[in-house]
Amino acid sequence: MNHALTITNLTKVYDNEFEALKGISLVVKQGDFFALLGPNGAGKSTTLGIVSSLVNKTSGTVKVFGYDIETDLVKAKTQLGVVPQEFNFNQFEKVFDIVVTQAGYYGIPAVEAKISAEKYLKKLGLWDKRDEPARLLSGGMKRRLMIARALVHEPNLLILDEPTAGVDIELRRSMWDFMRELNEQQGTTIILTTHYLEEAEALCRNIAIIDQGRILANTSKKELLQKVSAETFVLDLDKPINSAPELEGFECRLNKDGCLEVGVAQEQDINTLFTELNKQSINVMSMRASSSRLEELFIRMVEGEE
Amino acid sequence: MGFNKTLIAFQTIVVKEIRRFMRIWVQTLLPPAITMTLYFVIFGNLIGPRIGEMNGHKYMDFIVPGLIMMSVITNSYANVVSSFFGMKFQRSIEELIVSPVPNWVILTGYVTGGVVRGLLVGLIVTLLSLGFTDLQVHSPLVMVSVALLTAILFSLGGFINAMFATKFDDISIVPSFILTPLTYLGGVFYSISLLPDFWQAVSLANPILYIVNAFRFGILGVTDIDVGVAFLMIIGFTVVLFCLSLHLLNKGKGIRS
Repeated sequence: MNHALTITNLTKVYDNEFEALKGISLVVKQGDFFALLGPNGAGKSTTLGIVSSLVNKTSGTVKVFGYDIETDLVKAKTQLGVVPQEFNFNQFEKVFDIVVTQAGYYGIPAVEAKISAEKYLKKLGLWDKRDEPARLLSGGMKRRLMIARALVHEPNLLILDEPTAGVDIELRRSMWDFMRELNEQQGTTIILTTHYLEEAEALCRNIAIIDQGRILANTSKKELLQKVSAETFVLDLDKPINSAPELEGFECRLNKDGCLEVGVAQEQDINTLFTELNKQSINVMSMRASSSRLEELFIRMVEGEE
Repeated sequence: MGFNKTLIAFQTIVVKEIRRFMRIWVQTLLPPAITMTLYFVIFGNLIGPRIGEMNGHKYMDFIVPGLIMMSVITNSYANVVSSFFGMKFQRSIEELIVSPVPNWVILTGYVTGGVVRGLLVGLIVTLLSLGFTDLQVHSPLVMVSVALLTAILFSLGGFINAMFATKFDDISIVPSFILTPLTYLGGVFYSISLLPDFWQAVSLANPILYIVNAFRFGILGVTDIDVGVAFLMIIGFTVVLFCLSLHLLNKGKGIRS
């Protein structure tokens, strides 16, 4: 299978001598939905910045669909669509003009550019706003505008740097559907960075975790989640209890809302938990995970427990 | 990128640039028209008759070529410096950096935008001047080529200024403290033959003197300097600034970390 992105021994030292990347290597397969996760300052945006030519690398190689960004930069760029973290369009230009102009930069004739711009502005719910200056859009609309702009030339690899930051839940879900459709139906390879680990867990097939300029994990989501040795569940009880019960094989505690939090190891059967609770006449009304499994793993990894 | 795609990318930049300065015509086209009309009225009509002739021409006729050039210089420079720095400031320059547009196309696209504005303002000022004087063009070829080369040269200057600029103050320093004094001292309002020998020699170090005189030769047929030397200087500076601009762009000066 072809690789959409191959990064080998990539380093970046900024002018202030900050070493943002310490020789990372990464492969993203064609058609993948890939998440690059890490805390603030981990090196995610620097990595994606180098791939999209916004940041100069110090050493190492980057290939986009086999095209080296050093020797075949124009071909590499043609494969890419980039949605950055910060708004980076002319706030005074009209929505439609921003998208059509971007198509022009890729050498797409005006007639085709307008058709493509209409297609993506409609898909992203911005068609009604096409004649408005970009500055008048809401935050969520501005994010969608950047996605439409990145897609107007129909790239094979779409880079999304925190695309749903500051977007409300309903809109975030609709953007997830759109990204899934893009990946599954159009075959666009997507690389996503996000602080919403639930987002990566819901969307991505492969995940890399980066921290302090080094890759801590790079594997499939399935394999990564198998590393989660224990999960914490929050149980809503039918009536309040004064103290956490002692359940054989489980760690329990009462949280500030009066709900029971129980740690369940991967090898433990969850039915056993309910059997133990029944023995003490504790009835559970509902149950949820305290955080996403990926979030638990992520925190452990960046804190050096894994 | 193939030839057709490159051409489309170039057109896109140029059209965007023209659309930008046309959209804000009150800030870009109207002020030079008003300023130059005031120059024509005050210096040409009111003060000019008291000065008499300059290099064998009425004072009004003498200052018109310099004022046209002044408009071309300031507007071609201002267009590129404000537009390119504006893109840097708003980070919309990233739209171009991530796209496959070659750097030389980005540069020529922006310079063309500056040239179009510079020449358009030059044309407006020329038409306005016809209300005050009856210009006869001595050499249309010299006139047009000097105007075109000057617009290219100062668009490149604006581009370099924008590459180095990190804040809005930086884009007004060069026009205020270098360009304007050099223009006023570049023989727009007087012939350098009026100056003492020492200041004549000093004036010869001012590149704008050559531009103004070459353009004046194109219109009136009189000049303080050799027109051939003027052309060589303008072309030489243009080549140097083009190479420097492209080098800065390739290095990503101020636009890539």
